[in-house]
Amino acid sequence: MSESDIPSAYVREKRSPAPSREELRARIPGWGVDLDPADRPSNPKLLHAPDTGARWDFPERQPEHRPRERSIEHAFVTPVFGTAQPLKGASGAIRRLAYARFSEGRLAHWMLLVVGDRVDAVEHHLRSFATLRPDVPATGVRTELTHGGLASRRGRVDARHHVLDPLVVGGPWLVAAGAAVVGVRRLVRAARR
Amino acid sequence: MRAMVYRGPYKIRVEEKDVPAIEHPNDAIIRVTLAAICGSDLHLYHGLMPDTRVGHTFGHEFIGVVHEVGPSVQNLQVGDRVMVPFNIYCGSCWFCARGLYSNCHNVNANATAVGGIYGYSHTTGGYDGGQAEYVRVPFADVGPAKIPDWMSDEDAVLLTDATSTGYFGAQLGDIAEGDTVVVFGAGPVGLVAAQSSWLMGAGRVIVVDHLDYRLEKAREFAHAETLNFAEYDDVVVELKKQTDFLGADVAIECVGAEADGNLLQHVAGAKLKMQGGSPVALNWAIDGVRKGATISVMGAYGPIPNAVKFGDALNKGLTLRMNQAPVKRQWPRLFEHIRNGYLKPSDMVTHRFPLEEIPEAYHVFSSKLDGCIKPLIVPSAA
Repeated sequence: MSESDIPSAYVREKRSPAPSREELRARIPGWGVDLDPADRPSNPKLLHAPDTGARWDFPERQPEHRPRERSIEHAFVTPVFGTAQPLKGASGAIRRLAYARFSEGRLAHWMLLVVGDRVDAVEHHLRSFATLRPDVPATGVRTELTHGGLASRRGRVDARHHVLDPLVVGGPWLVAAGAAVVGVRRLVRAARR
Repeated sequence: MRAMVYRGPYKIRVEEKDVPAIEHPNDAIIRVTLAAICGSDLHLYHGLMPDTRVGHTFGHEFIGVVHEVGPSVQNLQVGDRVMVPFNIYCGSCWFCARGLYSNCHNVNANATAVGGIYGYSHTTGGYDGGQAEYVRVPFADVGPAKIPDWMSDEDAVLLTDATSTGYFGAQLGDIAEGDTVVVFGAGPVGLVAAQSSWLMGAGRVIVVDHLDYRLEKAREFAHAETLNFAEYDDVVVELKKQTDFLGADVAIECVGAEADGNLLQHVAGAKLKMQGGSPVALNWAIDGVRKGATISVMGAYGPIPNAVKFGDALNKGLTLRMNQAPVKRQWPRLFEHIRNGYLKPSDMVTHRFPLEEIPEAYHVFSSKLDGCIKPLIVPSAA
């Protein structure tokens, strides 16, 4: 390798400088219009915002009609908060424990919330079986037929793990169904004795 | 009203829900006329975000018409056509006062590590989102803005997150004139980040993905070079070769927690949820840039730890910059760029689904069927 072939990383300057401003402007609409870092909208980082529309120093508090969970890293429940899906059931108890006992810095906080999510889903699935609209393992899958499921995946690297999807999605349902069948059989046998 | 409802991982449906009510004097109720599904919604859909409750309505990209306002609202009137940033923020806390609208401290009781976001689990505050006919919008005098008459609905809805986030990602890259910028991910955020890199003076822009149809879009829409990582044994080595063994000057990571490219990481993180998602793209960014480079992270990650190659970042002297985009701070400049034709977000829209078919929309987008890049949702009351 001659000295002129030595790559840029090993010498003082880049071997291939960037194209000229003129060339880039001719090729790319708007090239360089935000060239000046000091004139970009998020600069400086801690800009004192001019007028956000807020006419308060601390906002009026939203009424708290029922005790609301909060991160223990907060001094209080924030003045405005979401009221969607309040805590209830076994999942609610798990989530309440996560918020009341562990800060966001503790892995236990997040793992309990994940467990709460799974329990929440199971609670609702079970309840849905008593309705005319039972839950299914996955929704929207008819688009595999209407939107080119096979053709869209041809040659893609992620097709390797797509084959796992039915297992990941349907596996827990099969296990639950199997456990239910075994349980019912045992109950029936016990009743016959 | 009709609303998208989460039923558990991989399961959503449309249900009848109550029209939201004014709960605070500065609330507004917006009748949604157009919404979008964001790539980050897929993390919720796949069950990756802690405290995603059954019954939750997703959707943080939406525009609409003001249906009702609280008694203290002064800047909006019933009937106004408005766009709503995905950030919920008060405009007055320590963070908002410094322009960090995505880090507001007054709107998310559930966590201090993240601000408020519409329809993005209780970890971001427990607000139902805009994939519905109506949505509650807190701090109506602060977040929403009237849509300029000349702006299309498609451009407006894409400014509520994807376009603003892509542009913000390029800003956090601290791009200097002539820099080589590598963008990981050719979804909507990555495409805008690539376009915006040129506006900030990049000399070369390379977009990395594995989906050919998206890479084609990156070439045509963002004038970028492209690299299909599936064609190489080691994409990091390829990036080094393509940059004369230096590595890129800037990387913008626009993939997030469900990255492909490493089967073990993807299955362990995204499928089996043994870590907070798959950090493959972030690790490629760390290894694919030159020493002393800047990495801007726009891909969404949850609060659970990831196996990130922090030692490489340290030893290479990298600057890692990241945040959720403070959307409204970007808008005046982005309005100019759209008006001047430098950015055309609506060109990324590939699909429109009625709200009643939102389970199909999620599956198509999630599985990347039918050349899907950006699906929009049209509520029946629109």
